[in-house]
Amino acid sequence: MNIDSIHNGVVIDHISAGRGMRLYDLLGLDKLNVPVAIIKNVNSGKMGRKDLIKVDADIPISLDVIGFVDPGATVNIIKNGVLTEKRNVPMPETLVNVIKCKNPRCITSTEQELDNMFRLTDRENIVYRCVYCEAAVNAN
Amino acid sequence: MRSIIDILDFSVEELDELIALAEDIIRKPDDYAESCRRKKLATLFFEPSTRTRMSFEAAMYELGGNVISMASGASSSAAKGESVADTVKTVSQYVDIIAMRHPKEGAALVASRTAEVPVINAGDGGHCHPTQTLADLLTIQREKGRLDSLTVGLCGDLKFGRTVHSLINAMARYNNIRFVLISPEELKLPSYVKRDVLKNKNIPYVQTTDFDEVIPELDILYMTRVQKERFFNEEDYLRLKDSYILTPDRLKNAKKDLSVMHPLPRVNEISISVDNDPRACYFKQVKNGKYMRMALILKLLKEAGTI
Repeated sequence: MNIDSIHNGVVIDHISAGRGMRLYDLLGLDKLNVPVAIIKNVNSGKMGRKDLIKVDADIPISLDVIGFVDPGATVNIIKNGVLTEKRNVPMPETLVNVIKCKNPRCITSTEQELDNMFRLTDRENIVYRCVYCEAAVNAN
Repeated sequence: MRSIIDILDFSVEELDELIALAEDIIRKPDDYAESCRRKKLATLFFEPSTRTRMSFEAAMYELGGNVISMASGASSSAAKGESVADTVKTVSQYVDIIAMRHPKEGAALVASRTAEVPVINAGDGGHCHPTQTLADLLTIQREKGRLDSLTVGLCGDLKFGRTVHSLINAMARYNNIRFVLISPEELKLPSYVKRDVLKNKNIPYVQTTDFDEVIPELDILYMTRVQKERFFNEEDYLRLKDSYILTPDRLKNAKKDLSVMHPLPRVNEISISVDNDPRACYFKQVKNGKYMRMALILKLLKEAGTI
């Protein structure tokens, strides 16, 4: 399967197979009016199978979102058809307005204009907790 | 500006200082009778409470201060849709310190971020209730003479019981503590508390459904109510509410110096006939709560430079 290489944009590579769509949703790529390719279950020597996202536009991408969904992913910045930067994305210590707290008893469900904030509390199991109510969210 | 949201906002040294201050207030109440003269406490209770609100109010009066109060959430501007942040910022203009209870978890943290005076969390939903834990710690100190080397039994609703989680967090920082967790399967201590607090700190604990088997081991027995308001489903509540009831018969096998505690209110989990047993400490706990709230108000107002 071939997808045209991009000229100016971002390639998110080494996404664990199956997490590409979640990343696509959380990055809000569905709201962009630019070419985006999601490639699922690509063969990978290192990972067996992987997902891949290509965004053919020079737009800011939240590294926190990528680090939350899949800290093993890499971000490649392409400028004028040349790879200018390759980044590993660590798990962010905090998440601000990336995900919403689903606890109906949490103050974020009623308080106006309150940021949804989560803190990494268990690196091994990738568990984040709401700063307000401490409800847990697992990225997986 | 320091506020108190969680019992872990205090170091062990600060807890020891607060306990010492509360004990000094108990010994010499007259020395503190004017400590907060011309200072005002606001009690903002967005959900019903009897003992906690009255305890805060009694505490402030005994320090020589004044109290203004919101009757209930239903009669406040919150009912008109005002945010917690705005309510608290407004009330900050009238008073020197705020004690707030709110049904939403995390509301106290939101309040502390916008308040211009110290905020004390008097309970935020099922999340934290640090002043109850302060009352518990003072009670254990006064009954046992120590906060270390104890076997602490926690019985009842260990899943939703915020006082249980706070007490475990607080006691886990003292040496040689062992926990005995007694609950029905459905109301077991959440695994994250076991993992984050007990396993990570290598604190010994046993988990059981058999109350009678473990009661002889305990130095402290902390009973809890199965709280109706924490259930979405009334059927589950009715099935679990009578799981464990402490009776004089059950206490026959307990240590002579056991201390029976309960954050109150109780429904039926401690038989009224236990009240006359010298091991029953739950009404002393109520009184200790007032003294710890006095100590806390003093500490926060001093740190804020208000007194």
